[in-house]
Amino acid sequence: MATHAGGLTAVVEVPADAPAVAVRGLVRAYGEDRVLDDLDLELGAGEFVAILGRSGSGKSTLLRALAGLDHGVAGTGEVRVPDQVSVVFQDSRLLPWARVLDNVVLGLGGARRAARDAGRAALAEVGLAGRELAWPNELSGGEQQRVSLARSLVRSPQLLLADEPFGALDALTRIRMHTLLRDLYARHRPAVLLVTHDVDEAIVLADRVVVLDRGRIAVERRIDLGGARDAADPRFAAIRTELLDALGVDRKDVTA
Amino acid sequence: MTALGTATRAGTVPRARTSTEPAPGRPGGPPGVRPGPRPDDRPAGRRLGLGRPVPAAGLVGVAVLVGVWVAGSASGLIDQRVLSAPWTVVTTAGDLIAQGDLQENLGVSLTRAALGLAWGVAAGVVLALASGLSRVGDALLDGPIQVKRAIPNLALLPLLILWFGIGEPMKVITIALGVFIPIYLHTHNGLRSIDSRYVELAETVRLSRPQFVRRVVLPGALPGFLLGLRFAVTGSLLSLVVVEQVNATAGIGYMMELARTYGQTEVIIVGLVVYGVLGFSADAAVRLLQRRALAWRRTLED
Ligand SMILES: Nc1ncnc2c1ncn2[C@@H]1O[C@H](COP(=O)(O)OP(=O)(O)OP(=O)(O)O)[C@@H](O)[C@H]1O
Ligand SMILES: [Mg+2]
Repeated sequence: MATHAGGLTAVVEVPADAPAVAVRGLVRAYGEDRVLDDLDLELGAGEFVAILGRSGSGKSTLLRALAGLDHGVAGTGEVRVPDQVSVVFQDSRLLPWARVLDNVVLGLGGARRAARDAGRAALAEVGLAGRELAWPNELSGGEQQRVSLARSLVRSPQLLLADEPFGALDALTRIRMHTLLRDLYARHRPAVLLVTHDVDEAIVLADRVVVLDRGRIAVERRIDLGGARDAADPRFAAIRTELLDALGVDRKDVTA
Repeated sequence: MTALGTATRAGTVPRARTSTEPAPGRPGGPPGVRPGPRPDDRPAGRRLGLGRPVPAAGLVGVAVLVGVWVAGSASGLIDQRVLSAPWTVVTTAGDLIAQGDLQENLGVSLTRAALGLAWGVAAGVVLALASGLSRVGDALLDGPIQVKRAIPNLALLPLLILWFGIGEPMKVITIALGVFIPIYLHTHNGLRSIDSRYVELAETVRLSRPQFVRRVVLPGALPGFLLGLRFAVTGSLLSLVVVEQVNATAGIGYMMELARTYGQTEVIIVGLVVYGVLGFSADAAVRLLQRRALAWRRTLED
């Protein structure tokens, strides 16, 4: 299976010490509209980057380009990604006719026994031990998304791409998922590119936040708040204000 | 409104909420007018579902019909020469079984239907896979099959008799021709309407093409195939009835034809009942298969 759209995008092998992700001069266009316009982005190995941007700013387009899912979309530029890339979608995208464990190990190579053991371990890591034989329909939305995380992790990805993975969850479940994702990230250390609408989510989770605007990265902000991040921290609030400004959200809109 | 998806509990008495009963949790009802709802007495949750299943639902309508027949014959409202009484039919069936006629003819009919069904299902699945999984196959096969679909099986019968004679091969082929169409149509449709999101997923987890077909395409098309199978089973029996009227020397249809020449209404009715029971149990069998094979699906029917 091709890892990338063919056409004009060059796919180059990554040298061992290179950044996990290197995007240079990326252009993606639907018809006349350039959704991504000469975009550059780098992610270090094990770096957690969140992408913010207005609706329609091209976040999903960028992610799909990195995931190699944009066959047939016109474009140029250079994309380097590691071998092992996992994607978490907004919908958990579990095959409804396959049991939870079968979903987790879907397409996993190697010995069947070893794959299933790894799948069980991954399910245990996301707190779903014992649900291996359930049907996806029998799980709550949050549990389904955890299965989808397990499916991504069991592949030991060097890069995890997530497009609003918690967008469909309620606020409480979302907070639990943040904690879970931080734990998993701390243990496995993949590079992560997380698309989100939620500024707080970006600040809580990421090492660095980038704001996409008109097909380019308009603002980059390193989050230097350390491990435990508290939304009540004044520095947190300052970063939030800065990012909301970059997104073109008026302070009046926020307080209103 | 209250939980839409709450499953109706066994033992709950479903009833419509009347206008005098305020919805729980909604203000407005005078307190104390209504006794506090016991947990088991609350209005049934799942509003848009079909409510509590009727026990043995499939048999209720049939039982009512038989009841009317019995009552009509007993009271003399139904003329015996037009429609024999149920007990006459039962004794006739008993005689036919005692003589071994019924079993023998049923065996012949069942073999025909089963052979036709097997060939038809096999052909339908193979053709659906060939045209559902490749563009070339689609270009080659779909057109002719759509044309065949437009021609009633009955219209093909003269040609099939010319080609294959009036023996068993013609009968099995006719049944198979009627069977493969619904199998093909529904399986093909199932294959083609796989959600593109699953195709994306398959790409991200790097399924090979055979893996993709096995893990995603085939299970995704299974509901379509099983729906086709239900139509096919009914269709095989319809074709069976048709071909058994054509110069058969054995089979339920032959038995009925023979009875017609002797004016034995009750034997004809025995034949009809056998056809009916066959169709009903065949459909029930496929529905059971459907439930088993599609256990992952939670639909309105559950
Ligand atoms: N398949 C497509 N065909 C045509 N235009 C598209 C297609 N997919 C996306 N677009 C356009 O590209 C632009 C960027 O879309 P994209 O999905 O990347 O936005 P996004 O930043 O992810 O938005 P959101 O936050 O709402 O998910 C939008 O203007 C959208 O209309
Ligand atoms: Mg998007």
